This record gives sequence, structure tokens and C-alpha cells, in this order.
Amino acid sequence: MIAALRDDIPALIVLLPLLAALLTAMFGRGKTAWWIVALTCWSLLGLSLVLAQDVLASASGYVSYTFGPWADPVPVAGVGKVAPGIEYRVDALNAFLLVMISAIAAVVAPFARLSVRKEVPASLRHIFYAVFLLCITGLLGITITGDAFNLYVLLEISSLTTYALVAMGKNQDKRALTASYHYLILGTVGASFILIAIGYLFMVTGTLNMAEMARILSDPNLVEPGNRTVKTAFAMLVVGLGLKMALFPLHAWLPNAYTYAPTAVTALLASTATKVGVYATLRFFFTIFGPGYMLKSFANEAMLFMGCAAIVHGSLMAIQQDNVKRLLAWSSVAQIGYMAVGICLATERSLTGSLLHFFNHALVKGALFIAVGAVIYRAGSCKLDDLNGLFRRMPLTAFAIALGGLGLIGLPLTGGFVSKWFLVSAAIERKLWPVAFVILFGSVLAVVYVMRIVEPMVFGDPKAGPQVGKAPPTLILPAWVLCAGSFYCGVSGSGLRQLVEKAARQLLGGS
Amino acid sequence: MSGLYNYWIFVLLMMVGLYGAIAKRNLVKKLLCLSLFQTGIFIFYISTSVIQVDGVRFATPPVHLGHGHGGEAALANPLPHVLILTAIVVSVSTLAVALAIVINIKKEFGTIEADQLHSLEQDLSS
Repeated sequence: MIAALRDDIPALIVLLPLLAALLTAMFGRGKTAWWIVALTCWSLLGLSLVLAQDVLASASGYVSYTFGPWADPVPVAGVGKVAPGIEYRVDALNAFLLVMISAIAAVVAPFARLSVRKEVPASLRHIFYAVFLLCITGLLGITITGDAFNLYVLLEISSLTTYALVAMGKNQDKRALTASYHYLILGTVGASFILIAIGYLFMVTGTLNMAEMARILSDPNLVEPGNRTVKTAFAMLVVGLGLKMALFPLHAWLPNAYTYAPTAVTALLASTATKVGVYATLRFFFTIFGPGYMLKSFANEAMLFMGCAAIVHGSLMAIQQDNVKRLLAWSSVAQIGYMAVGICLATERSLTGSLLHFFNHALVKGALFIAVGAVIYRAGSCKLDDLNGLFRRMPLTAFAIALGGLGLIGLPLTGGFVSKWFLVSAAIERKLWPVAFVILFGSVLAVVYVMRIVEPMVFGDPKAGPQVGKAPPTLILPAWVLCAGSFYCGVSGSGLRQLVEKAARQLLGGS
Repeated sequence: MSGLYNYWIFVLLMMVGLYGAIAKRNLVKKLLCLSLFQTGIFIFYISTSVIQVDGVRFATPPVHLGHGHGGEAALANPLPHVLILTAIVVSVSTLAVALAIVINIKKEFGTIEADQLHSLEQDLSS
């Protein structure tokens, strides 16, 4: 029974939150909704940890799960035999992201209880939680699936739920509605480009299975090198995925959406949603097209440039903001830049750096948004003025914000230091001095915007800020857990690094 | 070239839709154009499903469409049709969510013109 269940974990990881969402929508009146969400998120974390162990232990380097009786390959005109069914394929990269997403969800869930009670009206709460679970379903599904069309559908599930979740911030600020609308238009255009690209690839390869696509595209006898349909698909993917992961200059939807969404949603999205976009980019560019194809293409240099521009532009915009949530949102734009740079350098070291940055940024941004959520819970808003003298009024919250800020800058002992170290040394290895300089310059800019948050907390007059009590422990404990995670990555984190380095090797075609 | 005319229609519909989704100032018109954009893609997918084959079995059982001029079997792959059914569902849900948001915008701001919304938002932030 247990052994059979263990084999079915890949399917359970998507089914569990999907069914829990239904339950929440039907029976989630009152306090039940939150309990369903919390229990689901915690069991998801357990399931993905077990799955990650299985992946590391498996000889082939991945765990495969096929749906229905379609395991046997069948012949397709022109390309030989391909497997027709939908397959979930979990390698080190998927396992790493599954653990990351479910860990963040498991930590955000306890925070959501009080934060949502403050920010979402009672009549909408069970719907909010149902949509929240559907969003997690989508995010986990994108990460676990090995089928390109499946990826598109799950991407749209996570996006549609995100639009709804952002719009639920309208009771705090009605601009949440327009933010959500703009996000919807841009997100749908992005998803449509991805859909066209998948159609083009399907035309050429006759399959939707990613591993089969990769095999057929890399075989010069089946698809001639320089095939125009493949090139067009690649270009469409660069635009579509760029929109989804908010890479400069396609980031216009992000700052408003993150600022006006309920804080629990922002904490979840900032740590996971854009990362999943970056994951899809990695999967398409490295697994399907292959690192060779990507390095030779024009898109590689373009994305490298955009990544550098994102670092500088995002940080400069962050420095000018007065609203802490918006400041952190702009900093997210910059952090996506770092990940894009890591992808485009395309060496084992840079990919390791990029993936570690995924994880660190998820931890640090999650912690920061949760801590800011605690401030909102007490003070009602999160302007820089509200932070005056926070160290004396809400010491634990203020300390969590300061530690998170250190992680964003990338000071030694935090995870941010390790990932930026990997990225800088990868840039130097490739002799790309301007890129290395931009990464370091970005850290300097991060010092400036983090100081803008920390300065009023330390030196501001506590009497100038709103007179409020300390944050309740369930609000601030999650932030501390995430901060501790960031320091764990910075100091030791060997288990994590083993998984990440294996993922980087697999992306580059090794084992 | 004449056999490929539905691909031309796909590109045309898509471009008209994309242009409108960006250029129109009315939020509902933007959504109509977005739907047009997606419908273009549906036509593209359906177009890809017709493939000539000489006695080769398909990954999925092909649908028989009768005989072509030369007497050869004209076959269609049903997989793109099924895929596009899913994509239509996604597109309809997107439209539903979007219209729900537009209704709320109209309630809260009293307008669905992007220019007026923009100036209302400017007033809020100052």
C-alpha cells in the first residue's frame, strides 16, 4: 500500500491541491478553509521531499510517471517511434523546484491565516483559499510535467488564478483591479506566444513529449539544422517566456500586481511564480533546444543584455519607491535579471549560481514580504514612514526585514552571497568583464535600497510612526524560518547544493 | 501556395488581434481583440492536423476525410483538435475572469476607458 503510494507521488503532488481546492470551495466556510490549505501545503512539502530523495537515488537520474496505457512508443510519419501519452518526468531540476515551491507554500500558509483575515472580506475567504490552492496546483504542475502542451495548460491555470488573487486585493486598494487587468492582458499574450511556439514544435517533431522533442530536434537526419519553423518557435518562446518571467523590458505588469495583491499572495508569487517562468525557460532552452542551439542563437546575447539591463533598471527604480511592497517588487525585477544572466552564460557554474539564486531569492523575498505583511497587519499600510522606529516598536519584525535585506544585498554568510559569487566567477570565467561588473554594481544598488528601508527602522522617531503593538507570533515566525533558511544556504547547505549541481549538469546534457 | 491559405488567415487574425489588444483604449475592446488573437491560434492548430501519409500509422488514429484528387487518402490527425478544445476552454476561462475584473473596475472607478482610468489612478497615488 505504502510502496504503491510512493510510486504515485508525482501524480499526487498535482492531484492533492486540486482536490483540496474543490473541498475548500464547497465546505470551507469559517475556519475549515485555512486548515485544509495548511494541511495540504504541509503534506505537499513531505511528498516533494520524498520524491527528491527518489530522484537522487535513481540510477537514470530521473523518475518517470506515465498516465494511462500509453507507455509503448508508436510510429509517427517521418520521425520514427515516439511515446504518445502524457508523462510526468522528474529530474534533479524539477525535484529542486518542487521542494522550493512546496516549502514556500508550507511557510506562507501559517502566515496567511491572520493576514488574509485582515485583508480579504469574510464572504470571499473560502473562495480565496480555493483559488490559492489552485494556483499552487498550477505552479507544481508546470514544474513536474514532461509534456509541452500540459505545461501550457498548467501555466494558464496558475496565471488565471494569479489574476483572480491579485484582484482580491481590491478591498485594500482598488488599483488592484487595474493591476490585475494589465497583468491578464500581458500574461495572456505571453501564454499565446508560448502556445504558438509549442504548435510549431509539434508540427516539426510530431510529439509533445519534451524528451522526445529534444531527441528529434537534436537529430540532424530528422530535422535539418537551421530549420526555420524551429527558429520561429524559439523566437516566440523568448517573447512568451520573457513576459511570464517578467524579464526587462517585459516586466511592466509586475510592480503593480505585487504591490496591490493581498500580502500572502505577494509572498507566494514573488517567491515562486516568476521562478516557474524561469524554470520553463531553462526547460525549453536547455532540455528541448539544447545548450548548443541556444548559445549560437541571437536570443542568447539579447537575453544576456536584457538581464543586465534588468539588474540596473530594477535596482534604480527600487531606490525611488516610497511604498515598501513596491520597492521589493522592483527589486524582484532586478533579481530576475541575475537569473537570466546565469542562464545565458550557460556554464555549469553559472547555472548552479542561477539555481541557487532562485532558492535564495525565494527565501529572502518570501521573508521580506511576510515581515512587511506583519507591518501592514499592525499599521494598516507599508509606506517608508510607517517603518519609523520599527526596531523599538516591533523588534522581531524589524530584525527579520534587516536580515532579509542583507540576503538581498548578498553579504557573506547569507545565501545571496553564494549565488552571486557563482554568477560573478562564471562571468569572469567566460571573460565577460562588463557582466561581472553589472552583477557587482547591482549589489551596490541593493545596498542603497535596503538602507532606505533599514534607516527609518533604526534612526526614525518611534513616535512619528503609528502607535501599534508587536506582531503576533504566527505572522512573524514564518519570516524567521525563511531567514534561517537563507543563512543555512549561506553557511552550509550541502544537500541543496548537491541537488542544484546535479540539476545544472543534467541541463548541460551530463548526468 | 493556395493550399496554405489558412496559415495566411491565421497570421492575419493573430496580428489584427495583437494590435487591437495593445492599441484599443476600451478595456472590453481589448478583450475582444485578445480573443481574436487566440482564435487565430486555434485555426493554426487545426490547420496543422491535415497531413498526407502513405500507409504510415499515426501516433494517434487519423480521421479519414475521404479521398483527394489523385485518389490518395486524405487524413487528419485528431490530436491538434483535442489540444485546441483544451485551449478553447482556457481562452473562455480567461475571458470570463477578465470580464469579471472589468465589471469590478466599472463598479469601483465608474469607467472602462484606459485613459480615464490612468488619470484616476494618478489622482489616487498623489
